[in-house]
Amino acid sequence: MGTISETRTALPTGTWQVDPVHSTVEFSVKHMIVANFRGGFDAFDVTVDEAGIRGTVEVASVRVSEPNLTRHLLSPDFFDAERHPQLSFDSATIGITDDELVVDGELTLKGVTRPVAIRGTVSGPVTSFDGSSRLGLELETLIDRTAYGLDWNAPLPTGGFAVGNDVKLHAELELVLAEEA
Amino acid sequence: MQILGIAGSLRSGSINAQLLQLAAGTLPDGVEFAVWEGLRDVPPFDQDTEETPSVAVAGLRSAVAAADAVLIATPEYNGSIPGTLKNALDWGSRPGATNVFRGKPVAVIGASPGAFGGVWAHEETRKILGIMGARVVDAGFSLGKAPDRLAAPDEELVTQLHEVIESLLAEATIRSAAA
Repeated sequence: MGTISETRTALPTGTWQVDPVHSTVEFSVKHMIVANFRGGFDAFDVTVDEAGIRGTVEVASVRVSEPNLTRHLLSPDFFDAERHPQLSFDSATIGITDDELVVDGELTLKGVTRPVAIRGTVSGPVTSFDGSSRLGLELETLIDRTAYGLDWNAPLPTGGFAVGNDVKLHAELELVLAEEA
Repeated sequence: MQILGIAGSLRSGSINAQLLQLAAGTLPDGVEFAVWEGLRDVPPFDQDTEETPSVAVAGLRSAVAAADAVLIATPEYNGSIPGTLKNALDWGSRPGATNVFRGKPVAVIGASPGAFGGVWAHEETRKILGIMGARVVDAGFSLGKAPDRLAAPDEELVTQLHEVIESLLAEATIRSAAA
């Protein structure tokens, strides 16, 4: 507040690649109706360029705090990593008002492609210690996992199910401007 | 293609073993069917002995590993899966990350003298296999009034078995193509 700044209407030009060390791709879902359970993926790739925002996530890199759950998540009951090793996103349109992002695109998960609407923010770019330009994106969307065939659940003794159907996907991305060849 | 049959009942004359034999008679050309006979010899699951599994456990694992798909036919005991079968699956589920059932196409069927065919046990078995990481196919059925139905298998039963086998083979084909 109070500083003079240009109104942002587009993402910066150039090709921006994700810095995985300083980025996270995570999900959260209701567990036992009452709590948010969080997990994430350790291997992913994101590119921002003139064509938009594209990302892939290696399903086998799913990370939760319980190894048995990790294995179950990889199985056909959930992500089916054997047949669908990646999930991906490809933007169609990107709307920017100041630093607020509205991104429409398609999410492909377990072989099912569906439109999703992502909201988020954009920060930067700033110049890093090594002279590289860094751009920040924080992106979030809500999906119904059952629409992608991730149907597993377990009924609770007094009604309801152990795992929610709505899953929040959240990415905090630091992207580096690629040097022109 | 090779399908491994596992019966959840030990007794001679088991109607579930009969059901597997009937399934073996519905196979397309080029598909082999073998029944795993080691259930009786599997010791109680004990993590202390995991590093030195018994011959029966090793036999189960190698038989499942060698098969392209598995067909389980199980009775229902007291509303659930027989303890012997659950015990064998517990052995088969280890080690968790690389167990031989992981990604393996598996179908669950079964028979009982009662009206409902053991449906609870079959749902339970599917749940167990899913958590183990198997690819549990949707096709499957619970054959009620089984002694009569098996004494003179009708076209409906043969068709049901055929659909289960075809479903297993379809999944196994996708898996082998990707390997």
